[in-house]
Parts: sequence; structure tokens; C-alpha cells
Amino acid sequence: MILGASAAIVGCFSFLRKRALVGDAIAHSILPGVCLAFMVSGSKNPLYLIIGAFITGWLSLLLIDAITRTTKLKSDTAIGIILSVFFGVGILLLTSIQHSGNASQAGLDKFLFGKAASLTKDDVYIFGTIALILIAVVILFYKEFKLISFNPDYAKVIGLPVQFLEFMLATITVLAVAVGIQAVGVVLMAALLITPASGARFWTDKLSVMILIATAFGAISGFLGSYISYIAPSMPTGPWIVMCLSMLTIGSIWFAPRTGMLAKFRVQKENQRKILIENVLKLFYHLGEKDGTFKKQRSTSVLLASRDLRIKELNRGLHLLKKEHWLRKKGDNWLITQSGLNEAKRIIKLHRLWEMYLNQRLKLEPDHVHNDAEAIEHIITPELEKQLEKELNYPTKDPHESVIPYAE
Amino acid sequence: MISIETHNLTVSYNRRPVLWNIDFELPTGKIIGIIGPNGSGKTTLLKAIMGLVPTSSGYVKIFDQDLNDVRSRVSYVPQRESVDWDFPASVMDIVLMGRYKKNNLFKRISKADRDIAAEALEKVNMLEFSKRQISQLSGGQQQRVFIARSLAQGADLYIMDEPFIGVDAATEEAILKLLSDMKKDGKTVVVVHHDLQTAKDFFDWIVLLNTRMVAAGPIEEIFNETLLQEAYGGKLNVLSQVGDLMKEKAFDVRES
Repeated sequence: MILGASAAIVGCFSFLRKRALVGDAIAHSILPGVCLAFMVSGSKNPLYLIIGAFITGWLSLLLIDAITRTTKLKSDTAIGIILSVFFGVGILLLTSIQHSGNASQAGLDKFLFGKAASLTKDDVYIFGTIALILIAVVILFYKEFKLISFNPDYAKVIGLPVQFLEFMLATITVLAVAVGIQAVGVVLMAALLITPASGARFWTDKLSVMILIATAFGAISGFLGSYISYIAPSMPTGPWIVMCLSMLTIGSIWFAPRTGMLAKFRVQKENQRKILIENVLKLFYHLGEKDGTFKKQRSTSVLLASRDLRIKELNRGLHLLKKEHWLRKKGDNWLITQSGLNEAKRIIKLHRLWEMYLNQRLKLEPDHVHNDAEAIEHIITPELEKQLEKELNYPTKDPHESVIPYAE
Repeated sequence: MISIETHNLTVSYNRRPVLWNIDFELPTGKIIGIIGPNGSGKTTLLKAIMGLVPTSSGYVKIFDQDLNDVRSRVSYVPQRESVDWDFPASVMDIVLMGRYKKNNLFKRISKADRDIAAEALEKVNMLEFSKRQISQLSGGQQQRVFIARSLAQGADLYIMDEPFIGVDAATEEAILKLLSDMKKDGKTVVVVHHDLQTAKDFFDWIVLLNTRMVAAGPIEEIFNETLLQEAYGGKLNVLSQVGDLMKEKAFDVRES
């Protein structure tokens, strides 16, 4: 749990600095470090392994940086090179260790896919301490990390020790990866780092809240993953942690308020509804304008004949309007109410004002303005309406010589 | 008094000099424009002054001192496009960054800092937007937030990179008003600007730049057909060929 949480916190900054793939490179580069540490020390003491992991993890960062700085290669290429070279060396070392006949090597290959369920008590203490240190560093340097993620040049100019801060941030990233790898392994580590942050981004526009949500995602997934492999021992922990994380993130993409897919879908639906009822209302106005009276009852067939609408849509619109008390039903016929008429006038007015605006300001011919106004009439706010009226100096007629109805 | 002095400043990318021997002294208490065509090295000059890019030769003095000794008196407004405005932060968060200092690394933001930030926002007519998420701002509003951040620093010298680019009329007016207020308070403002049309009305002093310095001085002395023609009439042919050669042969601008 705590592993998931600490990786998530650090991952937020990688995400915001658009360094998502760097975590992956570090994770892969850690493997040779772990193997070398084992070969040198001859034990699986987690402290040695982490030191080894730390060294090669950092080395990979420095190399990526050096490649992008001194050659023409871009950072994605550099990351790709470093990732595969280090991982290749790691696998090479791992294979040679496995064939060396050293009895204590068993389990080293767990680094590939993680071994969260089989952590020893010592492991837990060491990783727990490191995770707490990471969290403490982030809290301590929170506002500085925020600034160097947003605008590093400015941080440099006001004299912040940007190099030192970037060093700290890189160090805690390497540490978080080195620790997280124990749980989910090299291959899935990038998910632990970046997925919580990307999911959390959907829920909030505040960095502090985003970090908290990402942390919660990391912790919950860590807990669920371990729990699943605890009740069903044949289930691997690491992949389940990542599965849970992915679920949370996919869920965020769908259900987050405002930014989620569902919310966007709802807005679309609401727009369609608004457009439909406003169009039907306009229909009553146009008919009334033609006949010189708005008090006449209209049958469905008359309404259908005067505008290109499907009968199902028309009926839906009529009933929605009835609910708003903008229409009244008399037998099989429909009658517009006073409040309905006011609303219809407002929409017609917006339509004709917009036509005027296009005609005058965008120099469009009168026969080119109608279709545009059909769409724009539905979204003009009262504030914009006032601005339009004022700018056009309260015109009485639109470019087609139709009267612009103002509210009495 | 001299605000900025550059002495024989040369800056190179991949050994090709993009600024050649820039040498000028700027006065204090003036609004100074740095003017030149696209690719003339205006932004690079600012970055070199602020110590953001390494220089190949020469030096910069600010208020007769090293930048490191006067950082708190200098404020920098980077180009609006240089950051990602999707970053999860509010307008207030950004302006408060102007209150970060190198000496109070662990110190929390105080009430006084918030008051200063609010005051800075008021000066650019953005106080009502202080809680607004920065991704919801228009280009002009983003620019004003950046300027407010630099005002919150309370510096004597302000260095702004293209503050007028792509902003609405209201923002342009707000910035101009602010500049003249700052001048009245004895502040010095150095502005990178690309538009010749407006330059004449905006600035007291200008530096004409096109990879080399064409001229620097009070606007009435510098702003004439001959010098403008020289600045906007293209790069010097031999100079750019020598630059290309230095890149190709990996030659440094100083013998070492």
C-alpha cells in the first residue's frame, strides 16, 4: 500500500513535467544494478539491492540527459536506447547468476514481475522507511517542486537552486521506482508511477488535491492487489495492483465531473434538448407571425408541414415544452402560452440580431447568414445579448427585413 | 545610473553565434524596447542577461553588479507560450510564485505574501480571477497573470519577453498603463517587442537588434529609416557564413 502511495506521489511530478517515460527507463535500468549488487555482496539483503538499483537508475538518467544534450537525438529516442540497453544487460546478468549454481539466487527473477506477497519483515521495514522519506521530501519541497514543474526558467531566474531541486526530484523518482519494483516488477513499474497521476488529473485542477487523489489511488490499488492475491494465492499481486490502478483510471476518464466522457456526453444531450425545444417554439412564432396572431391553435400536421422535423422529435419537443408551461394542449391541437411566446421572441430576436451582426461586422451577404444564426441563437448568453443590442444600436429589422421582436 | 550593461556579449548554440558582441548600457527609469525581426536573437539576449543560457564570451552587469548579487531586484516575465497552461494551478498560485525566494526554501507562504500577490493582481485588473484555473484564461489574461507574478516580486528592473504578442486590446491597454505607472515609480522596464508600428509609441529608448546590435539609444535618435532598414534588411551575409562555418568545424568563438 505504502509502496503504491509513494510511487503515486512522485509520479505526479513526472507526469506534470511530461517525463512519463523516464520512469519506465529507470525501472528497466534498475535490473542490472540489482544483479550487480547481488553478485558483489552475495546476498539478497534489500539494502544492498536498493543501493545497486539506485546507482544504475541514476546512471541511466544521466546518460539520457547526456545523449539529448550532446547529440541530435531527441529524448524519446534516448529513453528507448537506454531502456533496452540497460534491460538487456540486466537480463544477461540475471541469466548468468541463475546458471552460476549459487543457491541463494532463487527469487532474484522476481524483480521482473514483482513479489509483493512474499516480502519479508525486513523488506517491509526498509521499504516503508524509504517511502516515508520520499513523502517527507515532497512535503518539504512542495512549492519548489511545483514551480520547477511549471516554469523551470523562472525558478532559475529568482535564484532557486534548480539543479539541486531537480537532483532531489530525480533521486526520489529513482528511489520510488527502486522500491516500487519490489511490488510490481520492472515491467509494470511505469504504470505504478504514472497511472495514478493521470487518473487523478481528471478530478481536480489543484495540484495538492491531485497528489492526494493519486496517493489514494496508489494506496487503494496496493491494498486491493495484495488482498486479491491473499484470498486467491494463485493470483499474482503486482499485475493485480496494476489492474486495479487501470480500472480506477479508466473509471476517472469516464465518470469524472466536467472532464469525464460521461459528463461531456450529458452536456451534448442537454444541448440537443435545448436546440429541439427552442426550434419547436420558434415554429409557433413563425406561424403566428405569418397569420398575424399567436392565439391560433396548431395541429401536429400543420407544424410538421412547416419545418423539416421527424414526427417523433416533434412530439418529444411538444411534450417537453408542455412541461415548461410554454405550450398548452387543447384536444389534438397545441397553443403557445404567454410565457412561451416571450421565450420564442427571445430566441427569434437572438437569431435576427446575429444575422445583423454577421451582415454588418463580417460583411456577409443576407442570404449567407441564416444557417449560422440557426446554431448561434441557442448559445448566446444574456450578457452577450446586451452587448449585441448595444453594438448594433437596437436594430428593428434583420437583413431580410423581418422585424426583430424586443420584449415589451 | 545604468540598469543593464552587456560587454561584448556573444551567445552561441552549437557553437554558431546567434548574438555577436552585443555591447550596450541601458539607463534606469525608462521603458526600453528591444526590437528586431524574427530570429534576430531578442529572446536569447534576455535569456543571456538572466543567466538562462551560457555565454561564449563577454559579461553582463546589472546595476553594476553580478546578477547573483541583485537577483531580488530583477524580475523576469517569460514568453507566455513557454509554459503549459494546463498545469493544475489557480491564478493566485502562479502569482504567489513571485514571492518564492532563494533564502526561504522551507518557508510557507504568509498572509503578507498573499496580500502582495492580490495587490499585484489588482494592478493588472485580474483580482476577480484570482481563483480561476489557469487553463481557462484567455491569452491576454495569461499574460497579465505572468506580469502580476513578476510585480509580486517587488523588483526595480523588469524584463519582459514579448508581452504584447497575441493579446487583446484590453490587455494591451492595461499593460501600457502599468508600464507608465512603473516608470513614474522609478522602475526600469525592458521589453522585447517585434512590432515596429507600435514601438514608437511604447518606448523611450530602444535597442535595435539583428544577431548583432544595430543601434541603441533614445527613441528619437534611433528610430529613423536608415537604422531600421539596417536592422530589418536581413542578416549580414559574411557574418552568418562565418557562424555556419564555426558550427561545421566545431570552432569556439574564443581561442582556448
